[in-house]
Parts: sequence; structure tokens; C-alpha cells
Amino acid sequence: MLRVNGVSTYYGNIQALKNISMEVSEGEIITLIGANGAGKTTTLMSISGLVPPRQGEIIFKDRPIHGMSPEKIVALGISQVPEGRRIFPYLTVAENLDMGTFLRNDKDNIRKDLAYIWDLFPILSKRRHQAGGTLSGGEQQMLAISRALMARPKLLLLDEPSLGLAPLIVRQIFEIIMKINIENNTTIFLVEQNANLALKVAHRGYVMENGAITMADSAPNLLSNEAVKKAYLGL
Amino acid sequence: MEYFFELFLGGLTRGSIYALIALGYTMVYGIIELINFAHGEIYMIGAFTALIVASVLTVMGLNEFAILVLASIAAAVYSAAYGYTVEKIAYKPLRHAPRLSPLISAIGMSIFLQNYVLLAQTSDFLPFPSLIPDFEFWEPYSHLLRSTQLVILVTTTVIMVLLTLLIKYTKIGKAMRATAQDRSMAMLVGVNVNQVISMTFVIGSCLAAVGGVLIASHIGQINFFIGFIAGIKAFTAAVLGGVGSIPGAVLGSLILGLTESFATGYVSSDYEDVFAFALLVLILIFRPAGLLGRSTMQKV
Ligand SMILES: Nc1ncnc2c1ncn2[C@@H]1O[C@H](COP(=O)(O)OP(=O)(O)OP(=O)(O)O)[C@@H](O)[C@H]1O
Ligand SMILES: [Mg+2]
Repeated sequence: MLRVNGVSTYYGNIQALKNISMEVSEGEIITLIGANGAGKTTTLMSISGLVPPRQGEIIFKDRPIHGMSPEKIVALGISQVPEGRRIFPYLTVAENLDMGTFLRNDKDNIRKDLAYIWDLFPILSKRRHQAGGTLSGGEQQMLAISRALMARPKLLLLDEPSLGLAPLIVRQIFEIIMKINIENNTTIFLVEQNANLALKVAHRGYVMENGAITMADSAPNLLSNEAVKKAYLGL
Repeated sequence: MEYFFELFLGGLTRGSIYALIALGYTMVYGIIELINFAHGEIYMIGAFTALIVASVLTVMGLNEFAILVLASIAAAVYSAAYGYTVEKIAYKPLRHAPRLSPLISAIGMSIFLQNYVLLAQTSDFLPFPSLIPDFEFWEPYSHLLRSTQLVILVTTTVIMVLLTLLIKYTKIGKAMRATAQDRSMAMLVGVNVNQVISMTFVIGSCLAAVGGVLIASHIGQINFFIGFIAGIKAFTAAVLGGVGSIPGAVLGSLILGLTESFATGYVSSDYEDVFAFALLVLILIFRPAGLLGRSTMQKV
């Protein structure tokens, strides 16, 4: 479904991604783990077109998308829940969700999807007229995921959804991620520092160090890999 | 008491015209954090366009009201084209440059447009026809509020209601709010930010052009420098209300208009600007972000 092929991305003269390649098949949950500053966020931003790669290609459903504008990439079915949630602070919860449907025109289906979200996160329904910036961290993460889902993405990119949240909320959010994957057959690309949790929900994983992919394997194999255990699982 | 009302209504009229211009400053600032110094010149170009179109239409013998409407539309279209072009050539290439660069570019654009009109037209004041019809509507009190003032108040109120609806409920309005709050997140939900920025300049320029037509026919003359003075006043009003805030721009403009009107009426017209800027300084001391402005400290 998504093929990243020899991608290098720069910030000015600084090279953040070094010739990375990865592949995501339809219906999969894959995870990308790595330390601070490894280049995980940059990878997602390259896919979304906000920081376009300087070299290499990104193919989505047999279509090259590197060099496309971000809104075209969203229109093709790739939505991102960025690091830090990035809720529009002065828009209400309902308006934030509405922004997720920015490129859609199918009013009836939008209404159905909204009902699905209220069902998935009843707390958001209760807060629907409240400004997004006034929500708690966990509620904001739910809203950020919901906003991305309102675009009906085929591929959902999630950047550290567990960051700064209490363990109970983290578990709830990961359950929802798995539910979305199974119920809607949404393909999921999960970036995490919480490698233990990520490798438990994902089918396959990639390990990134200093802007390069150093390992790629099935999630169970990575979980039992000695080097991964030592570097990322704190065992 | 009658004198007070006369000054009050005069102040509201003046303030509502400032608001038409101030909205352009505040909307652009809200989206790209740039003080568009060329905005006053867009207003001036609107007034000149209206003058030319009105002269032609008068020769053709159209009636007053038709001339007012057509001249305003022409001014809005022409100013919008200028606003759009200024953004494309002077600001867009500098979007990722240090913040001082587009600011200097804006000042350059302002000077360029002034001199361009000076050379293309004249440095003299040109008489501007009173396009707004003079009619009797409020008999014994008509000295308190002239019909031209009434037309200005009604027009600006209608425009502001329309603008509010546009920003609250239309797709482009929602895209503008989202872009103002978090530009790259807006891109991630599929907003074409370049389009939003262009539309912001177009809308702001249209409002300024209508303001230009109204004030020129109220005052009766224009020259190439009117944009500078009106621009400074409207900019002051926008800062007073909290630059970036749309209700703030309207509130700031009304307060500024009233202050000037009362200062002129009760003290002396020489002191109009003294009071206006003293008020600005006072408000900024106690509310640095302006009356309705949000402090930008919340950016983590
Ligand atoms: N806007 C930027 N300008 C310059 N350098 C940047 C920028 N954003 C990221 N970098 C650099 O690129 C490298 C990769 O950053 P990135 O944010 O992709 O890492 P990450 O794996 O997401 O880290 P974290 O786990 O802390 O979120 C880092 O060295 C970082 O300093
Ligand atoms: Mg990151």
C-alpha cells in the first residue's frame, strides 16, 4: 500500500533521514520505534508532504506522492495525528472534527461517521461545544485521533499517541487503535517511543537510529531481540 | 446634549470606516503574522478606481445610486487584484525568511504604490463626487446625522454581519480560522494554505476599497497620500482592539472614532491625534495584547 524507497530528507543542510526504505501492506499495523531525534517525526512529515524528501520516492497505491502538496496527499487517503496532538485551540470539539472532513462533501456519511466518533469517545460528545484548547491531554489525544478518522483515511499515521498520558488512558487509546484497524480495515503506521506497547499491538516494526533504519522484523521477533530489548525495552 | 449626540454619531461613522480598513490588517496578521503596511495604499487605490469609474459613469448619465454601487464594485475588484498581487510578489517568496524581511518588503510596497499613483495621477487633491445621495430622512434632527453618515453606518454594519457569517460558517472561513490557529495542522487536514492566504488578502482588500469609496465621498477629495494616514489610524485601531482579533478590530475602530470625534468637538481638532494615540499607549500599558487580543505566549 505504501512504499518508501531510498528517502533522504533534509532541514536546510542537516540530513534528518538517510536513505530509508520501508513498506506497509494494506490492513497492517506497523510501528516505527527509535530514540529522541532519530527521525521518526520527520519520516511521517515526509510522507504527509510537509517536509518533502530531497531524494528517493514514496509510492502510495502505485502512485508517487513525494512532491505532492499536503492537501493532495490527504485527499488520496493519508491522514496524520501529529506529535503533540495539535488541536485547534479556539475551535470547539465539534469544529475540530469538522476540520477533519475538510476535503469531503458526502454529508450523509459525515453524519454517520460523527455518530461513530461520539460512540467511540462519549466524553468528546459531552464536550462538543467546548474549545479544543480546554480539553485534558487524554481528551485532546482522542480528539486528534477522531479528527483524523473523520477524513476516512485508508492509511492513518500516528505520532507518539501515548506521549504524556497516564497508563490507563494510554491503554484505552491503544485499544481504540486496534479497534479502528480491525473494524474499518484502516492501515496504521504507528510511531512510538513506548516500544513495548507499540510492538505488542503492531504486526511488524522498524527500528530507526540517527535517521537510518537499522532493523526490520515482525513485532514478536523484535520483542524478543536482544539488542532491541537492551536499547528500547529497558530490560 | 444634542451636541453630544452629534459627536457620538460622527464618531461612530468615522469608527466604522476605520473598521473596514482595520479588518484587513487584523485578518492578514492573524493568518501570517505580518503587518501589511501596503494595506492603506490598497484603500487609496480603491478610492482612485471609484473616482475614475464614477467620472465615466457620470458622463454616461447614470443615476447617483447606480454610480455608487458600480463604482464600489469596481473599486473592490481592482483593489482585490492589487492585494492579491502584492501578496504574491512581495510576501509569498519571503514566507520562510526571518520575520523582518516581509515587514521591510511591506514598507517597500507601500512606498512603491504611493509613488506609482503619484506619477500615474497627480500629487494634487482631486475632488471626489459625493456619490452617497443626500436625502431627508429624520427631519428636525438631520443636523445630528446626515444621510451620508446613515448610508455609511448601514453599509458597514451589513458588511460586518456578512463577514462574521463568512468566517463562522463557510468553508473558506473555517479554513481561515484553522490556518490562523495552526498553519501546518491546517495543511494536515487538507487546507490549501496558499489559497487561504490569497483569499484573506482579497477579502481584506475588498473591505478597504469599500471603506475608501465611502470616506472619499464623505470627505469630498482624495490624493495619493490618503492611504498612509487612514492606514496608520486603522492600524492603531487594530492594535487597540488586539491585532489578530476580528471583533477586536471593530471595537478598537469604534473607540478610536469616538475618541477622535469627542476630542475634536470638546477640545480642538488639533488634538484629535494626541488623544487617539494617548489612548493607544494607555491601553497597551494595561493590556499589552489589546482589548480583545490573545497573548501569543501560549505557543509552547
Ligand atoms: N524544523 C527542524 N529544523 C531543523 N532540524 C530539525 C527540525 N525538526 C527536526 N530536526 C532535526 O531532525 C532530527 C530528527 O528529528 P525528528 O523530530 O524527526 O525526531 P523524532 O524521532 O521524531 O524524535 P522525538 O522522539 O524526540 O520526537 C533531529 O536531529 C532534529 O534535531
Ligand atoms: Mg518526534
